[in-house]
Amino acid sequence: MTVAGAPVLVEPAAAAQGALLSVRGLQLHIPSSPRPLRAVDGVSFELRRGETLGLVGESGSGKTLTALSIMRLLEPPLSGFVRGEVALDGVELMSLSEREMSDLRGRALSMVFQEPMTSLNPVMTVGRQIAEPAMRHLGLGAAEAAARAQEMLRLVGIPDPARVAASHPHLLSGGMRQRAMIAMAIACRPALLVADEPTTALDVTVQAQILELLGDLQRELGSAILLITHDLAVIAENAHRVAVMYAGRIVEEAPVDVLFAGARHPYARGLLASIPRIERSRPEMLPEIPGVVPGPGERPAGCAFAPRCARATARCHAEAPPLLDAAPGHRLACWEPFDG
Amino acid sequence: MIGFLLRRLLQAIPLLVGVSVIGFGLMHLAPGGPLAVYTLNPTIQAQDIERIKVLFGLDQPVHVQYAKWATGIFSGNWGYTFFGGRPVLGVILERVPATMLLMGSALSIAIVVGLAIGVLGATRRYSVFDVLATSGALVALSFPTFWFGLMAIYVFAIELRWLPSGGMWELGEEGSVVSLLRHLVLPTLVLALVITATWSRYARSAFLEALQQDFMRTARAKGLSPRARLLRHAFPNAAKPLVALLGVELPFLFSGALVAETIFAWPGMGRLFVDALTMKEYPILMGMMMFTAIFVIVGNLLADIAIAAIDPRVRLS
Repeated sequence: MTVAGAPVLVEPAAAAQGALLSVRGLQLHIPSSPRPLRAVDGVSFELRRGETLGLVGESGSGKTLTALSIMRLLEPPLSGFVRGEVALDGVELMSLSEREMSDLRGRALSMVFQEPMTSLNPVMTVGRQIAEPAMRHLGLGAAEAAARAQEMLRLVGIPDPARVAASHPHLLSGGMRQRAMIAMAIACRPALLVADEPTTALDVTVQAQILELLGDLQRELGSAILLITHDLAVIAENAHRVAVMYAGRIVEEAPVDVLFAGARHPYARGLLASIPRIERSRPEMLPEIPGVVPGPGERPAGCAFAPRCARATARCHAEAPPLLDAAPGHRLACWEPFDG
Repeated sequence: MIGFLLRRLLQAIPLLVGVSVIGFGLMHLAPGGPLAVYTLNPTIQAQDIERIKVLFGLDQPVHVQYAKWATGIFSGNWGYTFFGGRPVLGVILERVPATMLLMGSALSIAIVVGLAIGVLGATRRYSVFDVLATSGALVALSFPTFWFGLMAIYVFAIELRWLPSGGMWELGEEGSVVSLLRHLVLPTLVLALVITATWSRYARSAFLEALQQDFMRTARAKGLSPRARLLRHAFPNAAKPLVALLGVELPFLFSGALVAETIFAWPGMGRLFVDALTMKEYPILMGMMMFTAIFVIVGNLLADIAIAAIDPRVRLS
């Protein structure tokens, strides 16, 4: 199956050397009394073409706000508090006007949301909603765009695209709706796909199908995927690299096999230990990390994880550790890491 | 669809019977009666009043009176006025065009302007415009209509002498369109002011609700322009509560505006109601009540059908 070509930002040859997406010091500090809420607190990472980076963390760790900041989808007043650099294919997104940004959204970068029911317009047919980005960005007429919508639905594995295209979202199952959301997101073959908890609202069996679909589409379209989830199991099977977020920061980033073989940050290691494993012989209590994630307004001066960390020293409480290379391709922000 | 319509029309019958019983009962509980005027007239003797009572059937028990009247309503004979003996339905229907003209123009202006204010307020929430529109609507809703009416007459009819103060036509110019329009301006604006205030509030909250939905963020993520997001995505979703409101307001097209029509001497239904009330013209009052009740039912039925057309999740069954 092939999809008609869509214009890309820069010729692939020119961008091949560097990263497709480069995020530098992304911040979202919301002014508040007595301290600002540091929802996203200096996030930096890179993502290459055809690569999947898993961004994992608990609720409130700033994953979704990071994604929305990259897409520039935050609404005022929040949108005014975003700082940092986000470059897509060499284009600095943060300095674009809203109009220039809307020319890229849906074409060069697009997003799949967590809740496919509420994220689709209930009074518009699925086909029209998928056709919209093609009409907006590729200048297709209504008939061509409708044909493309059906083509996209077929691409995401929907057997009878004509019927689904003519349906309203409430008539479709959760999995079908999420497939439709993905069809909409890839309608213009974006270079970057941001998937925010794309399977959280779905049944387990459907989850696996949707994740497999994302992988297939990545091979087909060559897109980079930023896969946001709280579920490490999802990351293990579907991402090339993983970045663990805690309290608005990335605490450890490594290739998936490296991290799963031996996470060095105490928080990342705690997360891995809390995954239930089928090979354990008898039922036992899952280990849990004591305490809760500090709210964005109550982050301690030092390492945000220190109050919950068994290895914390005086330095951990006093000074926040920077995110540094621990090994090639392995970044770590910890004063007292486990051995690699 | 046909089954739905039939069922709704059948449901309307007990509703209309209920309205008629309550209305009829209230009329009879009210002090004084249609013959009370005669008791003040020295030339009319007590036996004359008795004779009129028998003539009108007012000597019979209440339930007999009701039964006679109700059968008439359902068979198209809405009775005759006490004064003049004219058929009630005819008296009501001859007032409909004037009321529809006044209410139709006021409602159209109010809906268009109210929607525009509401949409602007919702998209620019807490802006200077939004704050002004919100407080303006509150002021317009707080002052009574008669005050606005009297002020309009004082300023535009008496001081500036731009427009006539009341009626539908100048004497001797009956049928002239220019004269009619000149007379229409003040009552229309006064009515539109108050209705615009309500509509702007409803439109604002309906659009705010729609704009905060997840699918509006999806529309932004697709790169759609603000205009496309508003018209294609927000509008159909915000329209539902507004269509319901329209269904509720449809009866006013026929029942008219009591205060504005009285102040501006507009010969419509509202004025007929006030006149009939002061003259204790029970047949007209009862007739108008039934007339309005029918349009309340029709208005809601139309709104339900329209909402089902907008939102495929609503099924007419």
